[in-house]
Amino acid sequence: MMLAISVLSGFGLAFAAPILSRRFGRAAGWILALLPAGLTLYFIGLLPSAAAARPAAFSAPWAPDLGLVFSFRADGLGLLFALLISGIGALVVTYTGGYLKGNPNLGKFYAWLLVFMAAMLGVALADNMILLFVFWELTSISSYILIGFEHERASARAAALQAFLVTGGGGLALLAGLLLLGSAGGTLELSALLGQGDVLRASPFYFPAVLLILLGAFTKSAQFPFHFWLPNAMEAPTPVSAYLHSATMVKAGIYLLARLGPVLNGTDVWVYAVGGVGAATMLVGGYLALSQTDLKRLLAYSTVSALGMLTLLIGLGSPHALEAAIVLLLAHGLYKGALFLVAGALDHETGTRDITQLGGLFSAMKLTAIAGGIAALSMAGLPPLFGFLSKELTYEAALEFGPWLAGAVVLAGLSFVFVAGVVGVGPFWGKQKQTPKSPHEAPLSMWLGPAILAGLSLLLGIFPNSISRFLISPAASGAIGESTSVKLALWHGVNPAFVLSVATILIGAGLFAARHPIRSGLSRFAWRWGPSFFYDRSLDALNALARGQTRLLQSGYLRFYLFAIILTVTGLAGFTLFTRGGLPVPVAVSEVRFYEAALALLILLAAFVATVSWSRLGAVAALGVAGYGVALIYLLFGAPDLAMTQFLIESLTVILFVLAFYHLPHFAQLSSRTARVRDGLIALLAGGLMTSLVLSAVDAQLHPSISGYFVENALPLAHGRNIVNVILVDFRGIDTMGEITVLGIAAIGVYALLKLHTDRKKDKKGGGE
Amino acid sequence: MEVILAFVIGGLFALAIYMLLRRSLVKLLIGLALLSHAANLLIFTAAKLTRGRPPVIGMETAALEPPFADPLPQALILTAIVISFGVMAFALALAFRAYRSVGTDDLDQMQSTDV
Repeated sequence: MMLAISVLSGFGLAFAAPILSRRFGRAAGWILALLPAGLTLYFIGLLPSAAAARPAAFSAPWAPDLGLVFSFRADGLGLLFALLISGIGALVVTYTGGYLKGNPNLGKFYAWLLVFMAAMLGVALADNMILLFVFWELTSISSYILIGFEHERASARAAALQAFLVTGGGGLALLAGLLLLGSAGGTLELSALLGQGDVLRASPFYFPAVLLILLGAFTKSAQFPFHFWLPNAMEAPTPVSAYLHSATMVKAGIYLLARLGPVLNGTDVWVYAVGGVGAATMLVGGYLALSQTDLKRLLAYSTVSALGMLTLLIGLGSPHALEAAIVLLLAHGLYKGALFLVAGALDHETGTRDITQLGGLFSAMKLTAIAGGIAALSMAGLPPLFGFLSKELTYEAALEFGPWLAGAVVLAGLSFVFVAGVVGVGPFWGKQKQTPKSPHEAPLSMWLGPAILAGLSLLLGIFPNSISRFLISPAASGAIGESTSVKLALWHGVNPAFVLSVATILIGAGLFAARHPIRSGLSRFAWRWGPSFFYDRSLDALNALARGQTRLLQSGYLRFYLFAIILTVTGLAGFTLFTRGGLPVPVAVSEVRFYEAALALLILLAAFVATVSWSRLGAVAALGVAGYGVALIYLLFGAPDLAMTQFLIESLTVILFVLAFYHLPHFAQLSSRTARVRDGLIALLAGGLMTSLVLSAVDAQLHPSISGYFVENALPLAHGRNIVNVILVDFRGIDTMGEITVLGIAAIGVYALLKLHTDRKKDKKGGGE
Repeated sequence: MEVILAFVIGGLFALAIYMLLRRSLVKLLIGLALLSHAANLLIFTAAKLTRGRPPVIGMETAALEPPFADPLPQALILTAIVISFGVMAFALALAFRAYRSVGTDDLDQMQSTDV
C-alpha cells in the first residue's frame, strides 16, 4: 500500500503545488522538495528487502478481465531508477526555486515537474505492463508541456511537439509490442513474465514484439536515428533538461531494455538490433557533441552518446556488460545531472551559455566551479571518481567482445573527456571574458544540487562497496535475470582496461587543448540530410494531407455533408443487406384493403406535390394532407393515440408553416438541372434502401420484445388500461419528463430568436443611419 | 399492406432527402417535415401491423386478448411526433431569423454571419 501511495503522491502534490508556490513564494521550492526527499529515504528503506529478493509489492484489481492489474513491485532494478528519480527530483525542485525565481508560471512548472516525477516512478515500479505503458505516456505528456514551458517562443513549441510526436509514436509501437509479449507469455505482469524467457523466445510473436518494443525504447531514449529530438528539447528550462532529458526520462527506454533483457536477449535480433543501434548512437552522439558551442546542446549530444553506450552494453547482454550498464547508469545520472545544473547556473548568472563567451569565471563562482569541476572529472573518468569505475567496467566488458568494440567505446570515451573539459573546465579557467551579465555566485538553491551530486560522485568513487551490496548488485541481478554479486573496486591493477583508460584521458586532454580548431573544423560538415530533415518533411506531408482532406470533406456546403452521410449509410447498409440476405420478400403480411391502398397513394401523391409545388401555400397544404394521411394509417392499425396526436400536431405545424412562410421569400429555382437529377438519384437510392429495410425488418425479430412486460403489468402495477399512455407517463415517465424539457427548451429558443429580431431592429433605429 | 407501406416509406424518404438537398432553406424545412413522417411510419410498420386492435384493456376485462397492436413502438412514435414538432418550430424560427439577418434563404449565399 505504501508503495502505491509513494508512486502516486506526486500527482497529489502537483495539485497543491500552484497554491503552495503562491503562498510560500521563494521558500516553495524547498517545501515541495520535501516530498521527493522523503520518497528517497523511503526507497532507501526498501533496498534491504529487494537485496534479499523479497521486494515490496502492491497489487489491486483494476480491470481483471482484461489482465489489467494495478500492481507495483520494487525490486533492485526498479529501486535504482526510483532513487535516481526521487533523489535528483528533490535537488531539481529546489534548484527550480532559484532558477525560475519570479516567473509567473512557476506554480504550474512545479506541478508538471511533480506529475512527471510521479509518472516516472510509475514506469520504474509498475509491475503490470499496461500500467507501465500508461505511466510511460504520462512522462511523454509532461515532457511535452515542460519543453514547451516558454510557449511564447515558436522554437520551444516546435521542439515540444517534435519530442512528443517522436516519443508518442514510439509509445504506440511499445503498447502493441507489450500486448504481443503479453499474449505470447500469457500474462501482463512483468514479475510473472520474467520466468518465461524460453517460451517467449520460441513464440512466433517474439520477432514482431521485440521490434515494436525496441521502437518504443529507442524513440524514448533518443537512439539513432531518433536522437534528433533530444538536442532540440534543450529549449526547455534547464531544470527540465537536467531532470527529464538527462537523468531520468530518456533512461526509461534503457530501463525497459534492461528489464526485459533477461527474457528477450541472447538472440541475434537482440544482439544486432540493440547492440548495433546502441553503438551507432554512441558514436554519432559523441561525434556531434564535438562541434557544439551551446552548453546545453553539447551536453545533450553527449547524453545521446551515453544513452547509446548504455544500449550497447545491454545489447551485448553478458553479465559484465550488464553490470557495467548499471554502474554507468548511476554514474551518468550523477555527473550529467550536476553538469546540466552547472550549465543552468552559468546561463542564469552570466546571461549566456555560449562556450566561446565563457571563461575565467572561477573567482566569481567558486562553489559552482568546484561542483562542475568534480562532475567533469567523473565524466572524464579520472580516479578516484565514480565515473572512473564506470569506465573501467565498460572497457572490460567491451574488451570481452574484441578490439573493434573496445575501440568504438574508447572513441566515445574520448568525446566524454572532451565534453567534460569544455563544460566543467573551460568556462571557469583561462582568460576572463566579457559576459552579458556581470557574473556572481549562484544562490544556495542552485549550487546545492550540483554540489551534492558531485559530492556523491566523489564519495561513491572512494567507497564503492558501500552501495555494491544493497544497490548495484540487486539492480544488476534484475538486469541479468539471476542473482549476482558485484564487487566494485577503484584499483583493478594494470590491465588492458586501465591502459585504455589512461590513453583515453591523455588523448582526450589533448583533444580538449585543441578544442578551438576542432570545433571550427567540424562545424563545416553540418548535416543537412539528417533524420530531422525527414521528420520535417513527413510533418509537412502530414499537414498537407490533413489540409487536403479537410478541404475535400469540410466544404461548407450542407448538401455535400448530407451526400457523405447518405451515401455512406446507403452503401454500407445496402451492401450488408444484399450480401447477407438478398432481396427481402416478407412472408407474413396482412392483406390489402382497397381504401388503405388509396390512402397510401394519397400520402405519396401529397408528399410529391409538397415537393414539386411552386406555390408555398400549396406545398404547405399538401404537407398537411400527407400528415393527415399518416394519421389515418395510425387510426386504421390500432393506434388511436398516435392518430389523435398526429392530427393535432399536423394542424399546428401547418399553421406554423403558414405564419413563417408569410415572412419568408418565394420559392426560387436555385439548382441547375444536373444538380437536381443528381440529387434525385441519390434520394431514390436512399429511399429504395429504406423500402428494402422495412421489407426485411417486418419478418425479423432478433430480440424478444419487451412489450409483453408492459402489457402484463399495465393494469396490476400502474392501474392504467391504455397501455401506450401507461408506458409514457408511468413506466418511462422520466423519458417523458425529458421530452417535456426538450419542448420547453425549443420554446425558449423560438422565443429568443423572435425577440432577438425586435431588439436588433431597435438597435438599428437607435444607432441611427 | 406492409409491402405497400414499405413503398410509401421509401417514397417519403426519397422526397424528404431530395428536399433536404435543395439550396432553398424553405424547401429544406419541408424536407424535414416529410422526414419525420417517414421515420415514424418506418417504426410503425417495422413492428408489424395489427388492424383495429388498439392496446387498450377493456373496462370489463383484466387483460388484453391477442391479437393487439404492439404498444411499444406507439409510445416511441408518440414521443417522436411531439419532439419533431419542437424541432420544426425551432427550425422555422431559425429560418425566419436567418432570412431576416442575412437577407437570403439560399444556403450557398449564407457564408458569413454579418449582414
